Amino acid sequence: MMEKLIFGRYIPGNSFIHRLDPRAKLMGAIWFIIIIFLANNWLTYVLLTVFVLTAVKLSEISPKFFINGVKPLIWLILFTVILQILFTSGSTIWFRFGPVVISQEGLLNGVFIFMRFVLIIFMSTILTLTTMPLSLTDAIEYLLRPLAAVKVPVHEIALMLSIALRFVPTLMDETEKIMNAQRARGIDFGEGNIYQQMKAIVPLLIPLFVSSFNRAEELATAMEARGYKGGEGRTKYRQLEWVSRDTMIMVAFGLLSAALFVLRT
Amino acid sequence: MDIRFEEVGYTYQPGTPFQSRALHDINLTIKDSSFTAIVGHTGSGKSTVLQHLNALKKPTSGQVTIGDRVITNFSENKGLKSLRKKVGIVFQFPEAQLFEETVGKDIAFGPKNFGLSEEEGLEKARELLPLVGLDETFMERSPFDLSGGQMRRVAIAGVLALEPEVLVLDEPTAGLDPQGRKEIMDMFYTLYKEQGLTVVLVTHQMDDVATYADHMIVLEKGTVMKEGHPRELFKEAGWLSSMQLGVPSTVRFAHELEEKFEWIFDPLPLTTDELAQQMKDKLASKAGEGL
Repeated sequence: MMEKLIFGRYIPGNSFIHRLDPRAKLMGAIWFIIIIFLANNWLTYVLLTVFVLTAVKLSEISPKFFINGVKPLIWLILFTVILQILFTSGSTIWFRFGPVVISQEGLLNGVFIFMRFVLIIFMSTILTLTTMPLSLTDAIEYLLRPLAAVKVPVHEIALMLSIALRFVPTLMDETEKIMNAQRARGIDFGEGNIYQQMKAIVPLLIPLFVSSFNRAEELATAMEARGYKGGEGRTKYRQLEWVSRDTMIMVAFGLLSAALFVLRT
Repeated sequence: MDIRFEEVGYTYQPGTPFQSRALHDINLTIKDSSFTAIVGHTGSGKSTVLQHLNALKKPTSGQVTIGDRVITNFSENKGLKSLRKKVGIVFQFPEAQLFEETVGKDIAFGPKNFGLSEEEGLEKARELLPLVGLDETFMERSPFDLSGGQMRRVAIAGVLALEPEVLVLDEPTAGLDPQGRKEIMDMFYTLYKEQGLTVVLVTHQMDDVATYADHMIVLEKGTVMKEGHPRELFKEAGWLSSMQLGVPSTVRFAHELEEKFEWIFDPLPLTTDELAQQMKDKLASKAGEGL
């Protein structure tokens, strides 16, 4: 089961996108999510789609992974789309059945919402598939650094993030091991009615909590034993390096935003 | 109950960039009422083989026959439960599976899943505790208050409570003290001898293989390199060390004596008793020759 959880996992590579500075990729992804709300007609959506597909192409990762990224959210997306179609009032009515009214505007809005979701998922999937989680936390730490001036514990937040990310695979392994052990003792995961399935989770969750707490304590002890203390004056092993291609990407996003401003209606 | 592997292959995460082949066309048979040891270097596929023994994993290719059930890649997941009652697995560090409020309830968890009532399960737990070297006073204690060794024993009792026909052990003594190791292994050996339990032992401890097993399978890179009686396989110390495996201390001792005094040990001594007996005989015959 765990093997299917591939969505959002780093895939090693050496493409243009892989080599970008994680700060550039993170800022780009956030920037994209903001400017996608500027799009409001066909032309702007086509422009955004072309932009995203170019990025997918540049990442040299099979489009299959991106489609897999959409799958877990497909019901949420469809639900939102249907709401949009049903509750957008418009002048050109295509279909009317009692209280159900489907207008051309509604349909168009539905399509746009769908594209918006898919494009955002694709863009953030590019970020997570081509960036090592640790680089990503480095980028987050760097970008949050101004907040340290107002006493936000930026280094600690970044440390918590990287520890959490570091232990995701460990926790998944652990989950699989304990599931196997309990299955061998006669538990069927994912079978029976809801009540039975909920009961089956208990023998999985308790051992997981116990081992997570133990592991957290051991890790804290190990860090203290090696004299770890916070961010101040601490140098980094992995240095982030901003080069011209990163600036280029920022310029590309700037041009995209400008184009959207011009083309939107 | 025999377990038979025919041309079994297993691939992790097929069709993704993380795809990796763990088993390559494995053929092996674990005979009813045998004590089989599976040895191999880390990453040789031992754990993957183990998970095929009660259909926790289904082979990507080939088939596994467990008793009268045939498991292939296309087998349904239904009805595997009865299989899992027959093949009990003690995983590595089994104490991780404990979760109940009391030791008694935790041991009774397995039997309850296979249809026994709470009382019957607890009754079984009470019977099993002395077998794993604990006593009835543990019944009402929380498994999380116990020492590591005691937790291990409770977890093992939890698997024995299923009354399996085949008992699979994945490094059951890892991390235990020498005394505890011997006690636990002797207990498994008694079950094998007295109740005719089939035992499959996955281990790095060659001494345990020599002392207890009557069949030995050497895995390397997902294939069966050799199988046979430990006495035969331990003759090839050089080959075993090329597999990054050692020989038991008795065999090593015998080899050193062979080199030093040009003694020939035949058959190869596997247990300390055998070694001592053969040395005694040899010394006696030397004395007889007046040396």
